[in-house]
Amino acid sequence: MEPLLLVEDLAVEIGGRPILENINLEIKPGEVHVLFGPNGSGKSSLLGTIMGFPRYRVVRGKIYFRGEDITGLPVEERAARGIGLAFQRPPALRGVLLGQLLERFKGDGEKARLGARELNLEDFLDREVNIGFSGGETKRSEILQLWVQDPQLALLDEPESGVDVENLALIGRAINYLLERESPPWEGKPLRELRRTRSKGGLIITHTGHILNYVDADVGHVLFQGSIRCSGNPRELFSFIQKVGYSECIRCVNSREVGENG
Amino acid sequence: MAERAWLNLLPPEDRACLSRVGIDLEGERAGTYLQVDQNPLFFAGVEGLDILSLPQAREAYPWVDGYVGRLLPQARPLDPRTPGYFIRVGRGMKIDRPVQVSLIIGREGGRQEVHNVIILEEGASLNLIIGCTSGACVRRGIHLSSTETFVGRRARLHLTMIHHWGPEVEVYPQGATWVEEQGAYMYDYVCLSGARKLVTNPQVLLAGEGGIMRSQTVLVSPPGSSLDVGSQVYLRASGTRAEMVSRALTTGGEVVSRGLLAGEVSGVRGHLECHGLLLTPQGRVLAVPELEAKTSQVELSHEAAVGQVEEEAIEYLLARGFPRQEAVSIIVRGFLNVGRVDLPPALKEEIDRVIRLTAEAH
Ligand SMILES: Nc1ncnc2c1ncn2[C@@H]1O[C@H](COP(=O)(O)OP(=O)(O)OP(=O)(O)O)[C@@H](O)[C@H]1O
Ligand SMILES: [Mg+2]
Repeated sequence: MEPLLLVEDLAVEIGGRPILENINLEIKPGEVHVLFGPNGSGKSSLLGTIMGFPRYRVVRGKIYFRGEDITGLPVEERAARGIGLAFQRPPALRGVLLGQLLERFKGDGEKARLGARELNLEDFLDREVNIGFSGGETKRSEILQLWVQDPQLALLDEPESGVDVENLALIGRAINYLLERESPPWEGKPLRELRRTRSKGGLIITHTGHILNYVDADVGHVLFQGSIRCSGNPRELFSFIQKVGYSECIRCVNSREVGENG
Repeated sequence: MAERAWLNLLPPEDRACLSRVGIDLEGERAGTYLQVDQNPLFFAGVEGLDILSLPQAREAYPWVDGYVGRLLPQARPLDPRTPGYFIRVGRGMKIDRPVQVSLIIGREGGRQEVHNVIILEEGASLNLIIGCTSGACVRRGIHLSSTETFVGRRARLHLTMIHHWGPEVEVYPQGATWVEEQGAYMYDYVCLSGARKLVTNPQVLLAGEGGIMRSQTVLVSPPGSSLDVGSQVYLRASGTRAEMVSRALTTGGEVVSRGLLAGEVSGVRGHLECHGLLLTPQGRVLAVPELEAKTSQVELSHEAAVGQVEEEAIEYLLARGFPRQEAVSIIVRGFLNVGRVDLPPALKEEIDRVIRLTAEAH
């Protein structure tokens, strides 16, 4: 099966400073990957590079989306092809009301309305986007916008940081809806059918790992100092990181891999 | 109806100009005052409302004289025949439908000079739309006005002022508003056309306890235009409050956006917000927020920012799938949306036009 996203030997600089090195990543249709890594390791930069923001300069390697080389495409063209991003820290849009913005998305207004209810954001539709939103409200609004945007590949930058337990459940569920892992009550598609037909993919950054309790991720990766140092079962990787920390985790997992290979 | 008869005296292209500044030609108003150059026409259709020209009002009511020059002594007209409007709402009268005033420069190179008095007696309420413009074919002219406004105890005045000028018109309105105990003065000012030179910095005197003022200003300055617009609010009695919001956008012209909040006694509060947006590398925006406290226990704050459309905000919307032009227009529309101003349809079209032009240029 053709990968949804294929990143090959990617190296990226910001303002002449190397940020990412030797990144290889393959996300197949229907897969969800999670990205772990300490602060400043380059996680947001990787998502931003896939989205195509010009400040991330690709100095080597290629990014393919559904077989097409998108390495040189501008942001809007990538979005048009089906890539979407929930921002870690989105900018404020003065005077732009969340409800008005949602109405402008191509999709149907009904979804925005139902989605706002699902994410407990109905009272925010007449608020200015990201102005005075609390941390958790920002995250919910990001997920709502992405859900209405309906991308094929959803890049989620720390969707759960700063979110309380109850809202975490809302966000987890909405992520499953937008990744076609669950069907919203008003659609009510059987799970079996979803499994068979789902084609959407996700790449989720998480520090807390809480999202793993809601979203059944397929593969985990650890980004460390700008490179993916190990990949594997996301839950195992995460519990390992929790026990021994990032640097130990990388060493261990890598030596174990060496051991297995040798 | 009488109003329509006079409006028919105007050439059709000038009638279109009027609708652009919020003037309703279908007679849905409680009263109208219209002045082309120095010639006034007026009409009041409801009880408790007086609309006259100021010289007539001075003749009809000797007490009016005591109001002329009370707030703006230096602007007291030397010639008692100087035209201008006189609007009075009697004690306790709530005028439901808006009253409209329009001052028009009708001739090329015309000079319009007016002195106006607005009086809301105790408990009165009025929604007043003032549209000032130059005629369709007028490029050049001068407009000088002085307006003295009295908002009585528990009275409430909502004034929407819309300007639309020819490219070489010069405009110098001055004004002072006196607000008594528990009075409320709401002031919205919109000028999207620019003007060769427009300078206005009216005063608001919150003189009675618990009086409030809030203002919203939206300015667009095209190339060749210079706008210097502000308000000075003096909080003179305890419990008074003021809130001013302004948005200034330049597509190549100059805008100075001023605001002064002066807390003269304790127990007053005010906030000032001034935002400027430059859409071209030409143009200039100067935000001048000023706060003055003359005693302790005043709570005054301001927020000011000037700059271009933030690339980060554009990228955010690009990532959401909006094409660049649409992203810019969403941001500019948001910037111009101060929210509570209820704009006439013709003005909304004007805003759409400005947004379209700016987005295309981006
Ligand atoms: N615009 C920029 N200019 C300069 N350096 C930058 C810029 N953006 C990111 N960096 C640097 O790149 C490195 C990676 O940043 P990035 O935001 O990708 O980290 P992250 O893994 O997402 O971290 P966190 O967990 O804190 O969100 C950091 O050292 C950061 O300071
Ligand atoms: Mg990050």
